[in-house]
Amino acid sequence: MSKKYQTPLLDELKKGKWPSFVTEIERAAEKSEMTDDLLGQVEQSYKERMGHWKHGGMVGVKGYGGGIVGRFSDLPEKYPGVKEFHTIRINQPSGFFYTSDILRKIVDIGDKHASSLYNFHGSTGDIQMLGVKTSELETIFQQLVSFGFDLGGSGSALRTPSCCVGMARCEFANYDAMNICYNITQAFQDEMHRPIFNYKFKFKFSGCGNDCTASIARADLSVIGTWKDNIRIDQDMVKEYAKKMNLHKYVTSKCPTKCMSYGETGLKIDDSNCSKCMHCINVMPKALRPGVKGGATILLGSKAPMVSGPRLSMVLVPFYDVAEDAKNGYQWFRDLIGKIWEFWDEYGVSRERVGELIQRVGIGNFLEAIGLEPLPEMVSSPRGNPFVLYEDYVEVDGEQG
Amino acid sequence: MPDVSGTKRITDVGPHDYHDFLHPVIKNNYGKWKYHEILSPAHMVHVSEAGDKIYSVRVGSPRLVSGFFIRDLCDLADKYTGGYLRFTTRNNVEFLLDKEENIEPLMNDIKKLNLPLGGIGNVVANIVHTQGWIHCHTAASDASGVTKALMDDLYEYYIDAKLPAKVRIAFACCLNMCGAVHCSDIAVLGIHRRPPKLVPDKIINLCEIPSTIASCPTNAIRPDTYNGKPNVKLIEEACVFCGNCFTVCSGMPISDPLNDGVSIWVGGKVSNARTKPSFSKLAVPYLENDPPRWPKVVEAVKTILDAYKNGAEKGERVGEWIERIGWPKFFNITGFKFTKYHIDDFRLGEATMNYSAQVRQ
Ligand code: HEM
Ligand code: HEM
Ligand code: HEM
Ligand code: HEM
Ligand code: SF4
Ligand code: SF4
Ligand code: SF4
Ligand code: SF4
Repeated sequence: MSKKYQTPLLDELKKGKWPSFVTEIERAAEKSEMTDDLLGQVEQSYKERMGHWKHGGMVGVKGYGGGIVGRFSDLPEKYPGVKEFHTIRINQPSGFFYTSDILRKIVDIGDKHASSLYNFHGSTGDIQMLGVKTSELETIFQQLVSFGFDLGGSGSALRTPSCCVGMARCEFANYDAMNICYNITQAFQDEMHRPIFNYKFKFKFSGCGNDCTASIARADLSVIGTWKDNIRIDQDMVKEYAKKMNLHKYVTSKCPTKCMSYGETGLKIDDSNCSKCMHCINVMPKALRPGVKGGATILLGSKAPMVSGPRLSMVLVPFYDVAEDAKNGYQWFRDLIGKIWEFWDEYGVSRERVGELIQRVGIGNFLEAIGLEPLPEMVSSPRGNPFVLYEDYVEVDGEQG
Repeated sequence: MPDVSGTKRITDVGPHDYHDFLHPVIKNNYGKWKYHEILSPAHMVHVSEAGDKIYSVRVGSPRLVSGFFIRDLCDLADKYTGGYLRFTTRNNVEFLLDKEENIEPLMNDIKKLNLPLGGIGNVVANIVHTQGWIHCHTAASDASGVTKALMDDLYEYYIDAKLPAKVRIAFACCLNMCGAVHCSDIAVLGIHRRPPKLVPDKIINLCEIPSTIASCPTNAIRPDTYNGKPNVKLIEEACVFCGNCFTVCSGMPISDPLNDGVSIWVGGKVSNARTKPSFSKLAVPYLENDPPRWPKVVEAVKTILDAYKNGAEKGERVGEWIERIGWPKFFNITGFKFTKYHIDDFRLGEATMNYSAQVRQ
C-alpha cells in the first residue's frame, strides 16, 4: 500500500527492538483511511514539536454524560481523517482477563467503525478505542452492549474502577479484589455514566501492600489488602532460602518495624508489630504467606498535581473486613462511599478533588462529618504544633458573654 | 446517527462479568494459590494448594496497538492457551497456560512476531505512559515516542533481570500525569515553561470567567475587563505552567515548541514494602523536546540507571538507594546540576528542607 504522507521522523521510531507504535499505526491504516491522516498529523507534530489536537468538545451517546473523550484536529482541512477522532472508553473486565473470542469481537467493531487503533489499556483501566467519528458512536455503543460491554467513566464522574489480578492468580491477595471491583462498578453505574460530581473520583483495589494498581498514588479511594493474624511460616522452606541467601541482610534487617529475627529456632515474627509491608513475603514467597484473616486498609485522597499539588492517600479505615461485607453485597462499603460523596457534594467546590477538600476543611472535621472516629493508625505521629483549635471551654455559671 | 427513539435501548449493563473469561485452572483454584516461582524474566508458575499449576508468559506491548496486533495475540492464545490471556496494569500481555510443554513453542512464535519476552522480576518494567501528540490537547511532549526510544535503549533490561530491584519508569506528557508518574523510580514528565498566551476574544466567547480564575492553583489569573466586558489578566510571575487554565478555557493556549520539554524525577514508589510509598523527586528540571528519539532524555535515564545499578544493594529500589547514599552524592555521581529549581518553594514545600544537623560530610 502506498503511503499517503512521507513520515521520515516517525519512520525513525520503527527502528529498534521494542515493538513500535508507528508500525502499529501503519498496520491500522490498512484497515482505516482516517488512520493515514493520523500519521500525517503526528509527523507534523514531530516536526513542529507540538500537538495538533483542539481543545475539548462534548460528544456522547444518548443517556450518557461520559465515557467518550471528544477529540478534534486543529488542522481538519489538511487531515480530514482526524477531523473527529474521539476515544471510546470501554469498561474492562476485572483483572484484565479475556478470551480470544471476546477480544476479536471488540476489535471487529473498532476495525469496521473506527481507526483500528486501541490502547490496551488506558491508565485508568479502560480499553480505549481510538479514532471514532461522532456518527459512529451510537452504532459502536449498541454493538458493545449487545455482548455485555459498557462505557467507562470520564469527566466529573466516578471513573472506571480497576483492580489487580488478586485471588485469580496471586497468592498474596488478602481479599477478593476482582469481585468487589466488579460489584462496586455495577452498583455505581449511574455515578459513572452521568457526571454530577465536583470533579473525578477514582477507586482502585489492590490485594496487598505491593499495590500493583498504584492505588495509593492515583485513586481518591484506595483499597489495599492486609491481614489481622499471623504471617504463615513454613520453617523448612525458610531454611531452604537461608542456604541460598543471607536472611539477616536481605530479609530481617530490612523489616521496617524490626519485628523479625532468624536464629537457631528458625524465623520468629512479632506479628503484633508487623505493619504488613510485604517485604519478607516478597523475598521468600515459598516460605511465607500472609495470614488467613484477610481484609483491607481503606485510604483516601490521593491525586495527581491538578489543582493544588500531588497527594498520596492516607489511612481512613485501618481494617475493613471485606469478606464479611461481601455477604451483604458490600453495603457497608457503599454506605461509606455515600457519606464521603455527600460531604464532597455539600462542601466541595468545582474541580476540587476530595483530598483537597479535606485539606481545606481539616481532617478532623471531615472524620466527624462522615462518622468515623479519629484513630492513631491514621497519623504517623500526633501533632507537634500547639495551635490547637479547642472547640469548647467551661464557663462559670452565670458568666456574662 | 441511527434512530433509537421508540426502540428499547439497553444501557448501564456495566463491565462484563470476569468469570466468563477465567481459565478453568484459575476458576478451580481461585483464592487458593500457595506460591509462585519466577522461572525466567518472561515466565512464572503459580502453584495452588491442590497442586495445580498455571504458567504465565509475559510479553511487552507498546500499548497503542492495531486490530492486527490483538488478532495476533488471539491466534497465539487459540493455539496454546485455549484462548485465555490477560493484560497487566503496566501494558504487558500475559498468556495463561496449564500445559508446560506449550511454553516453548509459544515463546518461539512470540519471537517470530518480534515481540519482547520479559518484564518479570528485577527488570525495567514496561513504561506506563500517556497519550501525547497522538491524542491529547495539553501535551508538552510525546508519550509514545519517548517511551519507544527509551525501551529500545533499555531493551536488555526488560528481557533480562540484572538490576538490584525492579525499576518502574513512567512518562506523562503534562502535569495532569494521567499515568501517576509522581510515584515512579524514574519519571519523565512533559512540562510547559512559558505562561499561557491570552486570546481575549476567545476568552470572552468560549470561557466562563469565574471558573477560569478558579482553575489556577497560584491565583495568577485575575479578573479584568476588555472592551468593556469581563475578561482576565495574568500575573506571569505567579504562573507555574500547569496548563490547568487551558483545560478550562481554550482562550489560554500554553503549548510552545520553543519552551516545552520534559523534566526527570527519581526515587518514588507505590509499594509499601520496607519503606513507605513516596513521590518521585526532581533530578533534571528541563530537557528540550528532541524528536524523534529524544537522545538527551534517553541519556539522562541511562545515567540514573547505570549509577543505580553500580551503587545499589540487592533489593534496594532507586529511592532507597538514594536515601542511603544521600542526595548530594546522587547529584555528584550522576553529574546532574543541583539548582534552585530543586528546592521546593510551593505550598508545604518547606517540609522537604533538612531540619537537622545530620549532614553527610
Ligand atoms: C485538569 C485536569 C485534567 C484534565 C483536563 C484531564 C483530561 C484528560 C483527558 C482529555 C484525557 C484523555 C486523553 C485521551 O484519551 O486522549 C485524560 C486521560 C486520563 N487522565 Fe486526565 N485530566 C486531568 C487530570 C487528571 C488527573 C489529576 C489524573 C490522575 C490522578 C488523571 C488521570 C488520567 C488518566 C489515568 C487518563 C487515562 C490516560 C491514558 O489512558 O493514557 N487526569 N485526562
Ligand atoms: C503556645 C505556644 C508555646 C508555649 C506556651 C511555649 C512555651 C515554652 C516554654 C515554657 C519553654 C521552656 C523554656 C525554658 O525552660 O527555658 C519552651 C521551650 C521551647 N519551645 Fe516553646 N512554647 C510554645 C510554642 C512553641 C513552638 C510553636 C515552638 C517551635 C515550633 C517551640 C519551640 C520551643 C523550643 C525549641 C524550646 C526549647 C526546648 C528545649 O529546651 O529543648 N515552642 N516553650
Ligand atoms: C498571639 C497571638 C497569635 C499568634 C502568634 C498567631 C499566629 C498565627 C499563625 C502563625 C498562623 C499561621 C497561619 C499559617 O501559616 O497558615 C495563624 C493563623 C490564623 N490565626 Fe492566628 N495567631 C494569633 C492570634 C490569633 C487570634 C487572636 C485570632 C482570631 C481571633 C487568630 C486567627 C487566626 C486565623 C483565622 C488563622 C488562619 C487559620 C487558617 O485557616 O489557616 N489568630 N495565626
Ligand atoms: C499580638 C501579637 C500577634 C498577633 C495578633 C499575630 C498575628 C499573626 C497572624 C494573624 C498571622 C497570620 C498569618 C497568616 O495568616 O499567614 C501571624 C503570622 C506569624 N506571626 Fe504573628 N502575631 C503576633 C505576634 C507575633 C510575634 C511576637 C511573633 C514573633 C516573634 C510572630 C511571628 C509570626 C510568624 C513567624 C508568623 C508566620 C508568618 C508566615 O507564615 O509567613 N507573631 N501572626
Ligand atoms: S497488589 Fe498484591 S495481591 Fe494484587 S497482584 Fe499485586 S502482589 Fe498480588
Ligand atoms: S511484612 Fe514487613 S513488617 Fe511484616 S514482618 Fe514482613 S518485613 Fe516485617
Ligand atoms: S498527561 Fe496530560 S497531555 Fe498527557 S494524556 Fe494526560 S492530560 Fe493529556
Ligand atoms: S498555567 Fe497554571 S499556573 Fe499558569 S496561569 Fe494557567 S492555571 Fe495558572
